[in-house]
Amino acid sequence: MKERSADAIVIGGGPSGMAAAASCREEGLGEVLLVEREGALGGILSQCIHPGFGVLELKEDLTGPEFAERLEGRVHDLGVQVLLDSYTDRIRYEEGHGISIVCISPRGVEVLRAPCLIYSAGCRERHAFEVGIVGDRPSGVLTAGTAQSLMDLHGLLLGKEIVVVGSGDVGLIMSRRFAIEGAHVKAVVELLPYSGGLTRNIAQCLEDFEIPLLLSHAVLEIRGRGRVESVIISKVDEGQVPISGTEMEVKCDTVVIAAGLVPEVGLLERTGVRIDPATGGPVVNEFLETSLEGIFACGNVLVVNDLVDHAVEQGRLCARSVRSFLDGSLQRPATWKRSISGKDIRYVVPHLFSGERDNTFYTRVRMPRGRCGLLLRELSKDIRLIGAKPSEMIRLNLKKELLSEVKEGLTFEVHD
Amino acid sequence: MAKRSLTCIICPIGCKIEVEMSDGKAFNIEGNACDRGLSYAKEECTSPKRVLTTLVRVKGGLLPVTSVKTTRPIPKALIFQAQKELSGIVLEAPLNIGSVVMRNILDTGADVIVTRSVKKVNDNLITP
Repeated sequence: MKERSADAIVIGGGPSGMAAAASCREEGLGEVLLVEREGALGGILSQCIHPGFGVLELKEDLTGPEFAERLEGRVHDLGVQVLLDSYTDRIRYEEGHGISIVCISPRGVEVLRAPCLIYSAGCRERHAFEVGIVGDRPSGVLTAGTAQSLMDLHGLLLGKEIVVVGSGDVGLIMSRRFAIEGAHVKAVVELLPYSGGLTRNIAQCLEDFEIPLLLSHAVLEIRGRGRVESVIISKVDEGQVPISGTEMEVKCDTVVIAAGLVPEVGLLERTGVRIDPATGGPVVNEFLETSLEGIFACGNVLVVNDLVDHAVEQGRLCARSVRSFLDGSLQRPATWKRSISGKDIRYVVPHLFSGERDNTFYTRVRMPRGRCGLLLRELSKDIRLIGAKPSEMIRLNLKKELLSEVKEGLTFEVHD
Repeated sequence: MAKRSLTCIICPIGCKIEVEMSDGKAFNIEGNACDRGLSYAKEECTSPKRVLTTLVRVKGGLLPVTSVKTTRPIPKALIFQAQKELSGIVLEAPLNIGSVVMRNILDTGADVIVTRSVKKVNDNLITP
């Protein structure tokens, strides 16, 4: 078996992984290996052909592939070693002896070794069976990401009459894509009483194309022999239980499931990394280091980001942490302080902090609200927000002077 | 005087903007957090525009299509016509980001450019 050693390995060549790998080189690391399962770098960005990327990071409004190619340019210019078509089968972690991964590719099976690892494998999509849709299993049922890949990378129009399940950003953006390419999007069906997407996407993806958004509705059943023929849609009550008597049959030939993203943590879990059930990603400290020292995480596998800019920022932080890890200057405190999700807060990342340096926190609320306050309880600090929605991640920079006052934990909570 | 509620699409904040309309002109614009929202609201009420992103066919490429965009927003009413205009075009690989696919589409003043580079089929053979 071929072996190869490096100063750092990055698994996953999407935006956060590319940013992490390029920044590792900028931080002065020698050999950096970027391991990507697909035949090209870019991750999900390559198929996100709509604009809106890089507004914070580059002060420019780019499409996904343009943003990806900028990052890819940096990866190559800075001399990152890129391994494409390379599937990571296993991570071996030996405390004090570094990390090795088993990588399968057209080159054969290789073992790659490094003192540390940045994991940026992104997410997979929830599929129809995970959202309780039953019925026939005809052709024409796809997840939104698969539909996006087939349409926007491979140029296939997948259907003429489409029902989209889920109103997160992916569902909204795909609805617009179908409409522009000439398909009829009959409805976007959302289980919750509010959309899971950014406000501007409801305006420019649905309202622009007069696509109906059915809130508090569920697709119960798919019908069709060979090909999708219709779906049964029903209203749901506050407990998300279908209300009997409200069922209607909607004719369509394609059902697109846009029911959310799940971090790809299988490999990490098998290696023994602690997972946070709230984010679905690893538990990390302020260095974005997981419960196994020397394994770091960034991008959507860490926390599902709305903005690529945040994924890139996390990649850069991982690179700085890796540099400190390698030169022995990564100072972990004897005991970590904890971020605690209080009232109406779904999660807070990172989970652990020292109070010895400034920190960026990412958090989401559970329910949409108008003007409200985000209270950092133990510090009695109240931050006013003009609005808060589960679909819009709140990013908070907190100074070390403030964080150092926290004793054991800091509770984030929302109030009116 | 007619009132309109808009959602600003310039950035991810998505401000709720209230506009009063009279004689096809926008007055008393409220709710925008920045100046870009102000000009968005004015334009949205008088002549709404969008950037069009769509696909164009590619011959001899690693992928059969490339993504394209208009270099500036074009009138919303022309989106479908512009998409049709582009659907007949076949480009030849290799393609680089920024290559012009069509100048001044439908006299909008916007060019259409490639946003994803496409390698030629034999550019990317796997070498052991």
